[in-house]
Amino acid sequence: MSDYETLRVIWWLILGALLIGFAIMDGFDLGVGATFRFVGRTDEERRALLESIEPVWEGNQVWFILAGGAVFAAWPLLYAASFSGLYLAMFVLLVALILRPVGFLYRNKILDARWRNAWDWALFLGGAVPALLFGVAFGNLFLGLPFHFDELERPVYTGGFFGLLRPFALLAGLVSLSMLIMHGSAYAALKVGEPMSARAAAVGRAAAIVYAIGFIAAGIWVASVLTGHQIVSQANVRGPSNPMAKDVAVYQGAWLLNFRAHRILWLAPAVALLGAGVTWVVLGARRPGVAFLSSCLTLAGTILTAGIALFPFLMPSSELPDQGLTVWDASSSARTLFIMLCAVVIILPVVLAYTAWVFHVLKGRITLEEIRRHTGVY
Amino acid sequence: MIDFAVVNLSRLQFALTALYHFLFVPLTLGLSMILVIMEAVYVMTGREIWKRMTRFWGLLFGINFAMGVATGITMEFQFGTNWAYYSHYVGDIFGAPLALEGLMAFFLESTFVGLFFFGWERLSRVGHLVVTALVALGSSLSALWILIANAWMQHPVGAQFNYQTMRMELLSFGGVLFNPVAQAKFVHTVAAGYVVGSVFVLAVSAWYLLRGRNVDIARRSMAVAASFGLACALSVVVLGDESGYMASENQKMKIAAIEAEWRTETPPASFTVFGFPDVAARTTHAAVRVPWMLGLIATRSVDEPVLGIVDLVARARVRIVSGIEAHAALKALRANPSDTAAQARFAAHQADLGYGLLLLRYVSEPSTATSQQIEDAAWSTVPNVPVLFWSFRMMVGLGFYFIALFATAFYLSARHRFEQNRWFLRLAFLSLPLPWIAAELGWIVAEHGRQPWAIDGVLPTFLGVSPVPATNVWLSLSGFVIFYSALAAVDVYLMVRMIRRGPEGLGYWPPGSAARSGPQ
Repeated sequence: MSDYETLRVIWWLILGALLIGFAIMDGFDLGVGATFRFVGRTDEERRALLESIEPVWEGNQVWFILAGGAVFAAWPLLYAASFSGLYLAMFVLLVALILRPVGFLYRNKILDARWRNAWDWALFLGGAVPALLFGVAFGNLFLGLPFHFDELERPVYTGGFFGLLRPFALLAGLVSLSMLIMHGSAYAALKVGEPMSARAAAVGRAAAIVYAIGFIAAGIWVASVLTGHQIVSQANVRGPSNPMAKDVAVYQGAWLLNFRAHRILWLAPAVALLGAGVTWVVLGARRPGVAFLSSCLTLAGTILTAGIALFPFLMPSSELPDQGLTVWDASSSARTLFIMLCAVVIILPVVLAYTAWVFHVLKGRITLEEIRRHTGVY
Repeated sequence: MIDFAVVNLSRLQFALTALYHFLFVPLTLGLSMILVIMEAVYVMTGREIWKRMTRFWGLLFGINFAMGVATGITMEFQFGTNWAYYSHYVGDIFGAPLALEGLMAFFLESTFVGLFFFGWERLSRVGHLVVTALVALGSSLSALWILIANAWMQHPVGAQFNYQTMRMELLSFGGVLFNPVAQAKFVHTVAAGYVVGSVFVLAVSAWYLLRGRNVDIARRSMAVAASFGLACALSVVVLGDESGYMASENQKMKIAAIEAEWRTETPPASFTVFGFPDVAARTTHAAVRVPWMLGLIATRSVDEPVLGIVDLVARARVRIVSGIEAHAALKALRANPSDTAAQARFAAHQADLGYGLLLLRYVSEPSTATSQQIEDAAWSTVPNVPVLFWSFRMMVGLGFYFIALFATAFYLSARHRFEQNRWFLRLAFLSLPLPWIAAELGWIVAEHGRQPWAIDGVLPTFLGVSPVPATNVWLSLSGFVIFYSALAAVDVYLMVRMIRRGPEGLGYWPPGSAARSGPQ
């Protein structure tokens, strides 16, 4: 069995990889969901946009389900504290996510404008709300969440729902929403015919600008205003997971410590911004395939930037900073981490292979002519 | 310390959302297999009608599948939102099968389900059949992992409490994987899902035959449902998951409650076919008993006793007293982890720690519990006897009914006599809701019968809840009731509409139509 410290770091990387996988895969259908109602102006145009994601969104969403399952298995304390603490936000997220499967599979079954309109808006919420909330959640991690552990080691959250909607968190929400709209638009520009493709490219370019401004603003905010957390006692990186055995200092600028210690890490935010810039340029030049790839770089760079800033914290506590959850004290046992690592190493490549095959089978643009050939009510 | 309003609301919410989820899952399991059978016939014979059948039932499969996925997300979230202490306490073990379900099963099912709908014109015949088979394989594998997780709640093997992290930790992954309860449950639950799918196809086809519509498709569908359903209905009953019930203390208590067996009988115990369990008097009135049968079913022997409730409670009492020791030692260890006396004391009693935790319902410090409180805690290990007694009997009765139903259908199908026997078609149509009732009753027997434990002998249910305000749970619970009711209305409306329209009303057939595949 590998060393406990290494396993913990590997699982932190796997969590990051799953989040990036989720953002790349499910991100584009959340982005298309948030915009198809506006990019498509007639029912046929909207059907073409929806059909670009309908065959694949289901598998894409499993990246999210898997990330949730991985947090449960590898970081049970994080799963317990975050899901119960963000109780009502989770409920809102859940309702939005539930609208998607039913929306996709039910919308086209009845040829009635009111029916389809209603599902269009449901799908809009199912795309926009999660895209926004994921950013709000990350923003709140930077701010710290008000929780502590009681005598049974139960995570007790002492904030409310509206406490989550702090300005920095909303800015982070805007960053993630615009990022996923940029990503979804690049995908739509690639996968659907005209005139939707051109409109999607324009939306994607606007989103890239909003993203870049938001990301830079958030960076300045983190560097100059926000207080970060730092473990100041000896971190027991190989010890049993106990989040109550450390001392944490809170001071302004602490979220930049990792970047200051390893300057190469500045590559992450640089790649994020560069990706957005390239996406803006190539969408203008109508090269959506390149735009989709550069947008993937932005997603990866953004998530890595947030992860690096917070490391080793997973969920800092603003109420009792000493009890914040870190990579070193919120993980599963070494045995569970090792077994799950083996499972991921063996199975994930298989998943990637058959996913690639499915996308290969579905290659090609969905044009209006094709949509018009679908005469049946389905 | 424990807010029982939150406990009760969280339990109600979990039960409602799980029962609701379990309306859609069995049909997904069953229909996906039936789609594989129908499409395999198409690929082997090349007869277009089997493709039309696959596409028509696939359309109904899709409507149901959406709901199964939608309500499944809730289940994964809910352990964290409402059962945070549970998640922390057993996440080291319980989280793994859930994550593996996503990785090995849900990915497979979800990635290929899109191709099932959109791949008709893009794949070869065999290619599409493989896709359909992978969807069915994914959904059954998904059930396997979920039931491995659930079986661990019923019979927590391969794990031990670690006082340094205050939680259960994995000792043997193989033990969790090859849990005998998991195997029994998997066969029983998946076969029950196949029965749900078969009754669904049988009932809808019967409705067409009664109206003389789609006779060709309906007859063939009935034949598939009858043969597949008969095999599965037999498996559900013969391979009922009772075989796993002798594995642990709680499972023994469950079987005693199901049988309303208050006192241990001299083996082999008799089976109570009918009666009125009286919880206050701890007896069963007007009991009709079949000698020997329970002993044979439950222990597969004539000399092993089936313990009665009173004796199991006495054993629980002993374990609670030992659990108080474990709790006290744990407290000492929390204060000073290197206290060797406390370590030895904890090692001697840690198997009973969960029983000590039962007392937290009555007193915040178990070592101060009175003998009356210990007695109450011991009796709290008895689940709701009348509910279990009746649920089990109705479920088993329905199981035998399905065997008779499918056997008759099989006979009529073999002799091509469906249309001459309209009484049977009516009966088959009216049987539509029954397999769902049986499945939900099965859930009640298994999960209500697990009470008062979240994890048998390890963690009482009331202790597992999140320390969230009751108002939050009220909000989410009422939100779910409203939202889920609306979704159910839409789901049923669409199902009925599509069934009424029938395979002939879908527009993109007959074969050779120019339409590229659409989301049928």
